[in-house]
Order: sequence, then structure tokens, then C-alpha cells
Amino acid sequence: MMAPFFKFGLFGDNIGLVVAFLVGIGFGFFLERAGFNSARKLAAQFYFTDLTVFKVMFTAIITAMLGVYWLSVLGVMDLSLVYLTPTFLAPQIVGGLVLGMGFVVGGYCPGTACVGVATGRIDALVLFVGIFAGIYGMGELYPLISGFYNSTSFGQLTLPQVTGLPYGLLVFAVVLMALAGFAGAEWIEKRMATRKAEG
Amino acid sequence: MEHKPQPYWNPYVSGVGLGLVLLAAFVVMGRGLGASGAFASTITATLGTVAPDHVANNPAFAEYLKEGTSPLKDWLVFEVLGVFVGGFLSGMLAHRVTKTVEKGPHITTRNRLIFAFIGGALMGIGAKLARGCTSGQALTGGALLNAGSWAFMIMVFAGAYGFAYFMRRQWQ
Repeated sequence: MMAPFFKFGLFGDNIGLVVAFLVGIGFGFFLERAGFNSARKLAAQFYFTDLTVFKVMFTAIITAMLGVYWLSVLGVMDLSLVYLTPTFLAPQIVGGLVLGMGFVVGGYCPGTACVGVATGRIDALVLFVGIFAGIYGMGELYPLISGFYNSTSFGQLTLPQVTGLPYGLLVFAVVLMALAGFAGAEWIEKRMATRKAEG
Repeated sequence: MEHKPQPYWNPYVSGVGLGLVLLAAFVVMGRGLGASGAFASTITATLGTVAPDHVANNPAFAEYLKEGTSPLKDWLVFEVLGVFVGGFLSGMLAHRVTKTVEKGPHITTRNRLIFAFIGGALMGIGAKLARGCTSGQALTGGALLNAGSWAFMIMVFAGAYGFAYFMRRQWQ
């Protein structure tokens, strides 16, 4: 058992910031490779003409999910030391809904907006400023909304805990779901392309 | 010399690359990726230089304060700086760095930019409520089978698909 390296004290905070920068470079690189610097490509997900967002996102999720699962099964990694954002169900449901609306209105999410800005997209820069406005506004309103913000708190909660099913079984189910999703996505894209060609 | 922009990579290849970066973050640091947190840290740092008391008295800003150092000396801030560099590198290598506005053919640039601002603000509000965005919640929490993250992710798709009809003039 030696991973996560940072949690086992293999290096300190300052090296951690260097790691953050390097991880960010990798993150930004692959987001751009996928085409997520383009709002048109991102938004096409929601009109079923280009389902790259779904494909990239779920390929990334199952890759990382299988990685941490097997590393923890093999005893290399202590999964309980990986930070898990606590669940606050109601604000996360409402937040997701608002962020999803913002996604189709603005065309980027916060991470992809950074890549859009880096590759010269003016709309991404404007959206970038909008994110600051939104987070700042929420901060100023915090005293009014803190009740809702802190409601339905479940602490650190995983799907295996919610369902009572074994971790490995859920990993397998998510992989199956993703693969079915990929097949469906390819089929939809083909259909939409023929429909467009037929006018 | 002008180069034609290269096509994007196959989505499954980019997805595996992205997944391995996320896995590396888990293995090396014990935490995943993120983006919106860096915006919050920047706001706290900026506001802290003008109105330090105001920041200290509001938990929404104060949670990003760091003892004895700047809120900017933060993991997510450095990670997001890297995202800019990585995105720029990839774009340069593929000749995809162009000053342009992304929009459909039926909307003016001015209106597109207004929508971009509104979209960004909604995104900021949503990310604050949800304690993360598509990177920190959907991607990172998704891979960790985090219950709240999956609820969030489903709602992001629901919100975007539900509202897509009203935005079709912008994109199609």
C-alpha cells in the first residue's frame, strides 16, 4: 500500500503544486484534443448531432474508475484516502440543473472554457468572466441561501453504500452502461447524419 | 505559413487520455480534477485585498482562505493554470489556435456573447450550489462512484437537454 503518494507523505505541499500544474497540462491537452475548445462541438451534444461529450466523458470515467478499483483490489492504493466531495443531495440536484442550463446557453463548462480561452475563443473568454460573476454573486447571497446550501447533508456517500451492492459489481454495471451508451451514441450520430443528408 | 487546422482525435482515444490523467491525480495526490474551485479561490484572493473583513465574515469566501499564505497557493489554481498551458500546447501543435467566436449561423456575435455571459453566470451559480462542476463533480466524482456526483451529473444532462430547445437558434 503506497498510493495516494501525497497522503503517504512521499512529498510535500510545494511539490504538490508542481504536480497540480503538470496534471492540469495533461487535462487541458486532452480536452483540446477531444475538441472541447469549441462551443459548437460541445453544444452539439444536446442536439444529438455530435455525441463527443458523452463519449469522452464516459471513456474517461470508466478508465479512471477501473484504474482506482483494480489498484485498490491489488492492495496498491488505499481508496479511502482519496478525497470524496460530500453529498448534499438537494443543492447538488438544483446545482446540476442550473449548470446544465448554463452549459447549453453558454456552450462551455468551466474547465472547457479555459481551453477555449487558451485557443483564442472570444465567447469562452466572456463566459469565463460570467463564471466569476456567478460565483461572486452566490458568495454575496450566501447568508440568504446557506440554509438550502447546507441541507440534505449525507457526508461522504458512495453508490455502493446507497445501494448496498458490492463496489466491483457497480463498477461492472457502469462499464456495461457506458458501452451500451457508446453503441447507442454511434447509432444516433449515424441516423442524424442520414437525416441531415436527406434534408 | 498558414496551416490547416488538424481534425480532433477520436473521442475514445481522448477519453482514455483524460481518464489516465484523472487516474494519475488520484494515485499521486489522492484527489481528482477540478475547475470551478480555482475561480472561487481567485475571487477570495482578489476580494481579500480590497475588503479583507468582508471576506473573513462570509463563509462562502472565507472557506478559500489559507493560513499564512495567499488563497492562490492552491492545488486547483495551479491545476487550472496547467489547463491553459496544456490546451494552448495542444491547440498550437494542431494549428487550432484562432481568434474567433463559436456560434451557429443564425445568431449575431453580440447576442452570442450575451448568451456566453449568462451561461457562465448560470454555470457559476450551479457549480457553487453543487460544490463542483463537470470536472470536479461529474468526472472526478463519477469515477469514484460518489452518490452526489452521479445525481449532479444526471441533472446536468437533464438541464442541458431540457433547455436545448430554447437555445436552438444559437447553435443550429
